[in-house]
Amino acid sequence: MSDLTRTTAAQLADALAAGETTSVEVTQAHLDRIGEVDGAIHAFLHVDAEGALAQAAASDARRAAGRPASGLDGVPIAVKDILATQGLPTTCGSKILEGWIPPYDATVVARLKAAGLPILGKTNMDEFAMGSSTEHSAYGPTHNPWDLDRIPGGSGGGSAAAVAAFEAPLALGTDTGGSIRQPGAVTGTVGVKPTYGSISRYGLVALANSLDQVGPVTRTVLDAALLHELIGGHDPRDSTSITQPVPDLTDAVRLGATGDLTGVRIGVVKELNGSGYQDGVRQRFQESVDLMVDAGATLVEVSCPMFVHALAAYYLILPAEASSNLAKFDAMRYGLRVLPEDIADPSAEDVMRASRDAGFGDEVKRRIILGTYALSSGYYDAYYGQAQKVRTLISRDFDAAFEQADVLLSPTAPTTAFKLGEKLDDPIAMYLNDLATIPANLSGVPGISVPGGLAEEDGLPVGIQILAPTMADDRVYRVGSALETLLTDRWGGPLLDRAPALKGAPA
Amino acid sequence: MPEITRDEVAHLATLARIDLDDAELDHLAPQLSVILESIASISSVAGDDVPPTSHPMPLTNVFREDVVVPGLTAAQALSGAPASEQQRFSVPRILGDEQ
Amino acid sequence: MTGKSDTLVAWDDVLASYDPALGLEVHVELNTVTKMFCGCPTEFGAEPNSQVCPVCLGLPGAMPVVNRKAVESAIRIGLALNCEIAEWCRFARKNYFYPDMPKNFQTSQYDEPIAFEGYMDVMVEGEIHRVEIERAHMEEDTGKSLHVGGATGRIHGADYSLVDYNRAGIPLIEIVTKPIMGSREKAPLIAKAYVAQLRELIVALGVSDARMDQGSIRADVNLSLAPVGTGALGTRTETKNVNSLRSVERAVRYEMQRHAAVLDSGKAIFQETRHWHEDTGVTTSGREKSDADDYRYFPEPDLVPVAPSRAWVEELSGTLPENPREKLDRLQADWGFSDLEMRDTVGAGALGLVEETIAAGAAPQAARKWWLSEMARRANDSGVDIAELGVSPAQVAAVQALVDAKTINDKLARQVFDGLLAGEGTPEEIVAARGLAVVSDDGALGAAVDIAIAANPDVADKIRDGKHAAAGALIGVVMKEMRGQADAGRVRELILEKLS
Repeated sequence: MSDLTRTTAAQLADALAAGETTSVEVTQAHLDRIGEVDGAIHAFLHVDAEGALAQAAASDARRAAGRPASGLDGVPIAVKDILATQGLPTTCGSKILEGWIPPYDATVVARLKAAGLPILGKTNMDEFAMGSSTEHSAYGPTHNPWDLDRIPGGSGGGSAAAVAAFEAPLALGTDTGGSIRQPGAVTGTVGVKPTYGSISRYGLVALANSLDQVGPVTRTVLDAALLHELIGGHDPRDSTSITQPVPDLTDAVRLGATGDLTGVRIGVVKELNGSGYQDGVRQRFQESVDLMVDAGATLVEVSCPMFVHALAAYYLILPAEASSNLAKFDAMRYGLRVLPEDIADPSAEDVMRASRDAGFGDEVKRRIILGTYALSSGYYDAYYGQAQKVRTLISRDFDAAFEQADVLLSPTAPTTAFKLGEKLDDPIAMYLNDLATIPANLSGVPGISVPGGLAEEDGLPVGIQILAPTMADDRVYRVGSALETLLTDRWGGPLLDRAPALKGAPA
Repeated sequence: MPEITRDEVAHLATLARIDLDDAELDHLAPQLSVILESIASISSVAGDDVPPTSHPMPLTNVFREDVVVPGLTAAQALSGAPASEQQRFSVPRILGDEQ
Repeated sequence: MTGKSDTLVAWDDVLASYDPALGLEVHVELNTVTKMFCGCPTEFGAEPNSQVCPVCLGLPGAMPVVNRKAVESAIRIGLALNCEIAEWCRFARKNYFYPDMPKNFQTSQYDEPIAFEGYMDVMVEGEIHRVEIERAHMEEDTGKSLHVGGATGRIHGADYSLVDYNRAGIPLIEIVTKPIMGSREKAPLIAKAYVAQLRELIVALGVSDARMDQGSIRADVNLSLAPVGTGALGTRTETKNVNSLRSVERAVRYEMQRHAAVLDSGKAIFQETRHWHEDTGVTTSGREKSDADDYRYFPEPDLVPVAPSRAWVEELSGTLPENPREKLDRLQADWGFSDLEMRDTVGAGALGLVEETIAAGAAPQAARKWWLSEMARRANDSGVDIAELGVSPAQVAAVQALVDAKTINDKLARQVFDGLLAGEGTPEEIVAARGLAVVSDDGALGAAVDIAIAANPDVADKIRDGKHAAAGALIGVVMKEMRGQADAGRVRELILEKLS
């Protein structure tokens, strides 16, 4: 095969099945690519060449024996550093977990291993997934492969950049308020947030337990479906895991790939399109809507008036849950222990305070304090309690909208990738990036971001978000696949073909 | 209009066991006030008749049976410990009371 | 711990000026095979940190799953305490930092307990006192710390601590009473009787080892005083670490006397946690209630609500032991005890022990006699609860069986109990090893009787004259000669035979 790194996961799986290549070759090609470009991209916090190649060799042995563990056996993958990996460092992008090696695997990681996917390494992220730019990583930002001076989105900028820079065909991300979809949008890749509870959270270091979801980060909708089917399904270790089986997603993709949307009602959410959205983003969005209508879809405009309160509800629920989740990082059992300099005989409490001050970054501290405030006696009802009621209202908006439309459409993010540093000390401006993605997390519905082309004013990728009702993940895949087909036909090839070549790497 | 004072931030930092220095307190207090202001709208949105949503998927009664599942060895449990002794986690002296 | 000793007011003076309000919080460690939220074993006494997993160690990413059996036990306890069982309730996080708590929050229940609004009728000196139960809720235990350095091995003055998380995550049921008013001078006894009866109920339910000495039942005593007759509620203190029935009684009495002294001096009681010291019989100040008690409770987002179906609750109520009052009536009838005997048995905290001893084969009066005299005396002498003396009902029954078989008599039986407490083996082994068996062999006894008759001719003459009561003097001589090991009944028969 020509360039193993520019091949999709589905194609790699076919080539491996046909004996045209080996997992060791494929894995080595990606490790080489990482070696060439990751100095500039910094998508990875840890690369496990030795482990990945050993897993690849084992995969090749299974293939040779005619007993592949899964369809994706041997296709390498990158894993966001928020998922516990036994024997591999897991830092969550935080100094407080520097060097921590979990003694157990997250359920999704165990499923990857059981399915034979070599794990290339752990990808960069905003510290504890708090952020939309990956600039809040304690280990330095990830750079957008389209423009190294720009952010790759966040919190899962590492996974999205790794896939966009052809360092990995597949990656796992997590999405609490858009951390899979928004990086997908700004890097020209595909990201899916599945229905809440449909993929195990066991081993996902919780940011906001009632919002977090693991999901696929890929270059094509089909690859996302293949990965989603592999990691999805009930897990008895996660009490919030649902028992319904994962719908047939690859079938939905094949249906969508015909490009025919006859009879599909697409709803455009009035509140997620308009002021605050960059012109180039709106143009690309309108273009996608027009293409879908041309392909037979019916267009309806829907209103979700409660969405304007989603951001506020989110920034109460998330810090509240996070402030409690992050209490466990106290320097007693694992992670960083810092002794305060000015105390001669420090107590456990002194050491906790000093370690948490030294180990957490600004954004994490900001949200812990905010969450502590929101849960404090006297404020619970006014804030956390009220935010949970707003969740109910947002879900009602979704219910009403899905009576009129099969899927809802919006731009994934209001702007294309902004410059590194631009919004770093303006939390509100940073938070606004997630305006369109947050409602799905609050109500648990599935969503996908697919590349929608390049904004005219800056030539950077725009993402189109497709949302479907709870449990109708197959619908986001069908419509996502259709839009992908319509757009790639128009472009004459994948959007990523138009990304600039990276320095030090062959185009 | 909600506002978090510097003293309040210091108190919250104590509750959250973060040793914020003066510069951090000066920086954080106004930022938090701005954030709070922007999310204050929430307090009047939903009436008493709206039930809260704690989970997107309404499940109940998820149990496990009372059967032993292999866990970690003591060595694995202690593998990340900043300090250990006698197969136990070694922690600095504990202020306050016995639990 | 050192410190100025508290001033106490004489007991009668306390009652002359104040009314106590009592509250009890009892933690019951369940005897489930695994922990509350993970599949780790709960066995007592394992190697440190050998019964842990990512969940109970609070490792990043781990998630809890509720143990069905623990919920079942909680519901059964609730039903046995005449509580309502919630149709829908949740777990909540109680957020505070402490090194033996792996997540720095305790997964507990807050405003939605599994059981609430119940009562227990407690018998004190033959009278029934109804103790109202506010709630019974599920939570998890913490790890255990070993304090290194310092003089006492206690937390204060230690250089550092070593934590073992084997206990972390073991299911606990916390049972909280409403304030118990109007108990007056009986407050210490009611407190003790409540915990004793609760313990017996837990034993009957089979949901816990119920060993206070191992901490599987732990009581916190809340106490406040108000001026006599006002019916008001004063400021309360919460005394922790009260881990024997005897201590419950003593701690209530002590706190009442201490509160009265503080109030008499015109000062105020401030709300605080106090610690009971079993060895010295005093309480000492712990931490003052402060902002550390802003626990920031919120529903545990990693768990879903518990909504026990009414059918399940119904099914579980079918597994409850007999109602305690009906049971008392039944036992009294079965055993033929007088009201006084029954009351004393309950008051001594020996009902369950007597019941088990009878079940093991002893006659009711014999079982009662051993526990209420011999065992009660020994427990009192060593300052422990009768249940924790170290003699089991089965052993008492075995000793009584030896008495019934005339192998030993009551006097020798006391020596057997000495041997049991010294760990010398089974009653039979002790009898053999100590050479305690009663001699009933006619040859040996006859010889001793002959010697006694020969040495006391005047007594022998009286008996020959028909004064059989005089035989007692000769029996005494024979018993002395045989160091108490003669079968007194047979000796009497032999004396009468020889002198008829």
